[in-house]
Formats: sequence, structure tokens, C-alpha cells
Amino acid sequence: MSVIGKYFIFLGTIFSRGEKLSVYWRRLMEECVGIGVSSVFIVAIVSTFIGAVSCIQTAYNLVSPIIPVSTVALIVRDMSILELAPTITCIVLAGKVGSNIASELGTMRITEQVDALEVMGINSAAYLVLPKVIAAMLTFPMLVIFAGFLNIFGGYLAGTLTGVISERDYLEGIRDSFVPYNIFFMCVKPFVFGFLIATISSYKGFFTQGGALEVGKASTGAVTSSCISVLIADYLLAQLLL
Amino acid sequence: MIEINNISKAFNGKQVLKGISATFKKGETNLIIGGSGTGKSVLLKCMIGLVKPDQGNVIYDGRDFYNSDKETQQSIRREMGVLFQGGALFDSKTVEENVRFPLDMLTDQSTQEKQERVAFCLQRVGLEAAAKRMPSEISGGMKKRVGIARAIVMNPMYLFCDEPNSGLDPLTSVKIDELIKEITEEYQITTIIITHDMNSVMEIGQNIMFLYQGDKLWEGVNSDITKTPVPELKEFLFSNKLLREMQP
Repeated sequence: MSVIGKYFIFLGTIFSRGEKLSVYWRRLMEECVGIGVSSVFIVAIVSTFIGAVSCIQTAYNLVSPIIPVSTVALIVRDMSILELAPTITCIVLAGKVGSNIASELGTMRITEQVDALEVMGINSAAYLVLPKVIAAMLTFPMLVIFAGFLNIFGGYLAGTLTGVISERDYLEGIRDSFVPYNIFFMCVKPFVFGFLIATISSYKGFFTQGGALEVGKASTGAVTSSCISVLIADYLLAQLLL
Repeated sequence: MIEINNISKAFNGKQVLKGISATFKKGETNLIIGGSGTGKSVLLKCMIGLVKPDQGNVIYDGRDFYNSDKETQQSIRREMGVLFQGGALFDSKTVEENVRFPLDMLTDQSTQEKQERVAFCLQRVGLEAAAKRMPSEISGGMKKRVGIARAIVMNPMYLFCDEPNSGLDPLTSVKIDELIKEITEEYQITTIIITHDMNSVMEIGQNIMFLYQGDKLWEGVNSDITKTPVPELKEFLFSNKLLREMQP
């Protein structure tokens, strides 16, 4: 309980007394590049392959004369939009971005860089963490939309190249029974997950004490806690919004 | 001038500082010496507001730091310059950006004014040629000098140095000491240096305070230190062979 209390006090510090807006704008742009742009490659690889595998495995399980082949594409689409693109992408990002944030802040803490900010009279938590949180909340939904597209495209490539589904059936399937609300749901998830991953990882890194070993532990702890929080939030959002 | 009154601090039941009181004068280099683990760095952190003491107060020219409102604490903090043991330079910024950082964050100066001030501070520490280099590309001694430049860029009234000579060769160590002393006298600031370097004690220590297991055992000027009757201080001073030969 004390950890949760400390986490909420930390959140309060992040959103209190900040510095000049121009400073935050510059930091936000740097973090958007660090968190968002640098994650495009890994998100692209993971999403394309997950889409491809989803298509092949769904087709393998749907061998029935009464189910149209286009259903494979419909399932790939709904799986991608509702779960694979937002949740799996954010779990991948929890590993990449979460460990990066925790180790960066942990190293800054043990090398007295955070102390240097504090003695200058700067709110170190706000200066270091707030741009990361906003950047994650802005870039994660963009990455998830990109991942959703690549999931479906990966399914198309795998399906048509292996011959399990024709191009015509696939395109028909992804248009069939489309619910636009699902796109909204897909974008809400990474917004929440981005906040959780950035704040939890920052909390773990910011309060690191000791040396290199503790930075490693903070980084591992950040990934573990972020993944668990993403899964819990995923369930709660599904209950609340669907 | 900085006054500390009855500063005490304990961690997990272990008393690290036991009611330390002292006065650090303006325009002089004040040294806090003692062996490892005697509470020197904790005392420094209590003075600069990074660790809150369990009791006692720190008074900056009549302003009680811990009994002031947040605005006063902020203004006192902005009058401090701190040189950390490892330099504490921001890894992602160049030398020049590190020195300019407090100006960017805390002032409304124009770019031209900031550039001039940064150039002056880098020139003061002899590092104008290294302005565009990253902290990872410079030596330990250079990092300390960049740390000094960053500490003085805001024209501080109080300069704190945590073991400025640690990890440096004797020649660089002497240069850093001389630089700190020159800056202290030139700008008439109150400088407090934490050290266990005996060369610093003999060369630049004007007022010296000796800590032993969280207690202040001796205080005085460097010309008197070798005549001390305090056995713990004698043991600390004359552990060095050269000084042992100088022992009166």
C-alpha cells in the first residue's frame, strides 16, 4: 500500500510546479522522437508477423464448408483492432520504452544528475517525467493505429502468398460487419496504457538507490509492473467500454 | 555567510550527524574534512536541502532554509552552486549546453547574453575549446571543471563542492583547488568543500572543520591543524607519510 501511496504522491509532483513552457515543448519533442519514432521499426516487425500468423492459424482452424473463407479476414481484422494491435503492441512498448525510461532515470539518479536539478531549484520530477508521459500518451495511439494497419496487411500478405485465402475474399472479409466504435476503443487503450507505462517506469527509475545493479533491477521491475498494469487495465477497459 | 545550528540526522536508527554547529564565512574556503563514512556528504546534503535534518537549522545570510516558505527556499537554492563528486553533468547535453542549462531554465536572458555568459565561464575554467564536446568525450578533471563552470554560471553566493579532487591526479587536483580558491576570493562567495585530500587542507583550507563519527571534533585554521591535540584528527592527518615527517 505504501508503494501505491508513494506512486500517487509522485504523480502529484509530476503535475505540480513546472518550469517555462518553452522548455517543456523542446523536451516533449525530444521525447516524442525517443519514445515514438524510435519504436516504429520494432512495432512494424512485430505487427506484420503477428498479423501473418493470425491469418494462417485462423485459416487452419476454420476448415468448414459452411463458413465462408472471408471469415478468416474478418477475424484477423477484429482480433487486430480489439486486442492484438493495442495490447500486444503496448506490451512490446512496455519492454522497450519502459526499460529505457527506468534505466535512464535510474542512471540519472545514481550519478547525482537528479540532485543537480533539485539544487538548482528545478522540479526534477516534472522536468524529467512529464514530457515522457505526454509523449507516450501522444505517440502510443499513433503506433497502435500503425500496428493495426500492419496486422491486417501482414494477414493479407501471408494469406494471399500461401494461398489460404484469395485477395478478393480477404478484402471482402475485412469490410464485412465493420463496427467503427472498435476503432475508438482501439485508440483509448494505448492512451491509457501509455500513461501507465510511462508513469510506472518513471517511478521505478526515479527512486532507484544504489548502483548499476539497482538500475538493472529498476529496469526489470518497470517492465514487469508495466505489463501487469497493462493487462489489468485492458480487462477493465473491455468491461467498461464494450 | 552560512550558519548551521545543531544539525542531527539518523538513518534507520543509526545516528550519522550528532548536533553539528558551525559558521562558514564569506570570501573564504571552508573545508569539512574527515574519513570515509563520517557524515561529511550527509552534512553537505542537509545544507543544500537534499536531505532534511531530523533537527537543527541552516541559515543563509539570516534566512532559515528549513523554516522558510517554498518561494524563499527556491530563491536560496538559486543562489547556490554545487559541484558534485562525479560532476553530475547531463549526459545528453554538450559541455556548453550543460553550462547554459541553469540560464535556460531559470532566467529570461537573451540567447546572446547566455552565450556570452557561458563563454566567460568556460574561459574561466579553461575549457573554451571543449564547448561542443559531450561529457563522455572529456576526462574526469575536465568534467569537474565543467561542473565548476555550471556552478558559477548563475553568479552564486554560496558554492558547495563535494570531494572536488576525488579520482584526479595530483596536478589536476591542485589546479581544481586553485580554481575554487580564486573563484571564492574573486566573487567573495561562501565556499564549503568536503574533502579528505590533505593537500587541499594545507593549500586552500582557510577554515577547517573535522568530523569524526558524526561529531565535530575540531575546528580552526590550517596553520593550527598540525598542532592539534585531538588524537582522532592526529591519526587522520598523519596517516600520510610526508605529513608524519612534518609532525611537530
